Amino acid sequence: MAIVYQKSAGLTDHELHYCPGCHHGIIHKLVAESLVELGLLDDAIGVCPVGCSVFAYNYFSCDMQEAAHGRAPAVATGIKRTHPDQCVFTYQGDGDLASIGAAEIVHAAMRGEKFTTIFVNNAIYGMTGGQMAPTTLIGQRATTCQSGRTVEQAGMPIRVAEMLSTLDGCVYAERVCVTDIANINKAKKAIKKAFEKQMNREGFTFIEVLSTCPTNWGMTPLKANQWLKENMAAYYPLGVIKDKAIDAEVK
Amino acid sequence: MAKELWKGNEAIAEAAIRAGCDCFFGYPITPQSEVPEYMSVHLPEHGGVFVQAESEVAAINMVYGAAGAGMRAMTSSSSPGISLKQEGITYIAGAELPAVIINCMRGGPGLGTIQPGQGDYFQATRGGGNGDYRTVVLSPSNVQETVDFVQEAFDIADQYRNPVMVVCDGLIGQMMEPIEWREIPKRKLPPKDWAASGRKGRDHHNVINSLYMDPEVCDEHNRHLDEKYAEIVKNEIRWEEVECEDAELVITAYGTPARIALTALEALRAEGIKAGLFRPITLWPFPEKALHELAAKEHVKAFLDVEMSSSGQMIDDVRLAVEGQKPISYLGHAGGVMPTVEEMIESAKKALKEVK
Amino acid sequence: MSAKVTFNSDRCKGCELCTTVCPKHIVIIDKETINRKGYHPAAVSDMEQCIGCASCAKICPDSIITVEKF
Repeated sequence: MAIVYQKSAGLTDHELHYCPGCHHGIIHKLVAESLVELGLLDDAIGVCPVGCSVFAYNYFSCDMQEAAHGRAPAVATGIKRTHPDQCVFTYQGDGDLASIGAAEIVHAAMRGEKFTTIFVNNAIYGMTGGQMAPTTLIGQRATTCQSGRTVEQAGMPIRVAEMLSTLDGCVYAERVCVTDIANINKAKKAIKKAFEKQMNREGFTFIEVLSTCPTNWGMTPLKANQWLKENMAAYYPLGVIKDKAIDAEVK
Repeated sequence: MAKELWKGNEAIAEAAIRAGCDCFFGYPITPQSEVPEYMSVHLPEHGGVFVQAESEVAAINMVYGAAGAGMRAMTSSSSPGISLKQEGITYIAGAELPAVIINCMRGGPGLGTIQPGQGDYFQATRGGGNGDYRTVVLSPSNVQETVDFVQEAFDIADQYRNPVMVVCDGLIGQMMEPIEWREIPKRKLPPKDWAASGRKGRDHHNVINSLYMDPEVCDEHNRHLDEKYAEIVKNEIRWEEVECEDAELVITAYGTPARIALTALEALRAEGIKAGLFRPITLWPFPEKALHELAAKEHVKAFLDVEMSSSGQMIDDVRLAVEGQKPISYLGHAGGVMPTVEEMIESAKKALKEVK
Repeated sequence: MSAKVTFNSDRCKGCELCTTVCPKHIVIIDKETINRKGYHPAAVSDMEQCIGCASCAKICPDSIITVEKF
């Protein structure tokens, strides 16, 4: 009898607090498995700021720092600059990263900080109860735009991976999702690649993971999966947004 | 040791390097910009890390990250920038991280002025950010004390796992004075076995955190912090008394006004007026007991509090310490305008006249 | 039986994601059972058919599924 699959050593035995079907749990284990498979777990330092994933320090078995809302990229800068040989990552939601922490993520990317950001985009503020995020889609309902987001009131949603890709310090940006096995495999490959590029000191690496929020979207987990594929992936295209190494070869 | 001529802000940076500062994260703001400028050149020469952050908010959070990973981390700013840093300072206090913050104070409120001020007494000594916490606040009144205190600040921070703020006003930051590089007293410092710097074989993961969802646990954490603050109050209070032995009029002042007061004392004494100076050196913890006892002395008739603040901020602590035993009058100007020796003499005479 | 799937059923939140990825369609929600969290937990209806692909385990957000192969 051989074990084909079991809970990653990169995760603690702590029970996850996430709602049923929330993708955070899937994304957590892809990050944990990647760290273990690359032999980085014992060295890694993760940073989780405010949002649904604020308790990630209970779940990842590597050393962790909880950070103020939006400030994870600054905290990670302080860690990575003083520990340049170790794997450092931030794990941030969309309210956190794309709104209150917009300055921190842009400047970390600009400086080419050699850490990896896992950006979980579920198009809503989860922990505070479903308010509109900068990533909320046009027409999508949230508790602060109860008839649906409008362009007039809130502008168009922000595509963070594309925005960061315009910065030279960002060497790799990919958008993935974890709705099914094929996409989960792709997501894991992307996360591993980002960690490898970080350890090769290439620059800032960014993985945006489209995620569901069944509770605040008001859907079952399966319906939320479907909604993500049909609506989010249409506005936030999946795939490699930027890979400086490949771009250089093409040129 | 031979004396050397140093500008306050550059001396602050050099003192930090000599104290083993591993990393500095800062943002330009007058009148402290020489600190990051000096650090950008000299900290890397000593193997340290310098990063110019995108904002004061980012800078203090970089300090949080580095300190949480076990480094001796520092940032510096001036009043409006310190307001921005308060978010990070409360997280640092909550997560019990050692960090050194320099506040080269200017006048406010708002943009105020780039000239020296002391309007940050409240935001320095009352925590400043959200929640129940305290920051150790050291207040030098010349460049020599500044370099001594900056070096000690790192040890105090490490000993108590608490942020330490050195507040000087813009005058001290911008002034050149001869100083000596003195040995600071050695402290026994605890190992940083709590640092989140990678497990490296450790059997558990370390977590840096200030979040306690369970109210009972949060309450307990606050009690633990209280006990630590009580320890700091017990061990770290510092003040200076000048000619207070027979003083009828005691001037209370810190930083630059305390220095100006020394000249006023001489003039008052020359006129036969028994004046003294009580200078808090730690603004938190405030030398409350010492001041209370001084106020109880029969020869003390009145106090004159002098600050670079329009209606006074430290005066609240002076009142709490004096507890109504003797009258307290006030002399002060908002940022940029120094209280002069002449004003002090006049105010001192007036204060005494009112009680006689 | 060439493979075995074990559920830490107490921790299952009944999200049903695992039921969508099984190539053999044998991962189901056990409507007969209510776990300590109050959910109907996931289960395998016919273990004989399991090929040990671990798809159910890979998508499980709560990492409660272990897959073994003979």
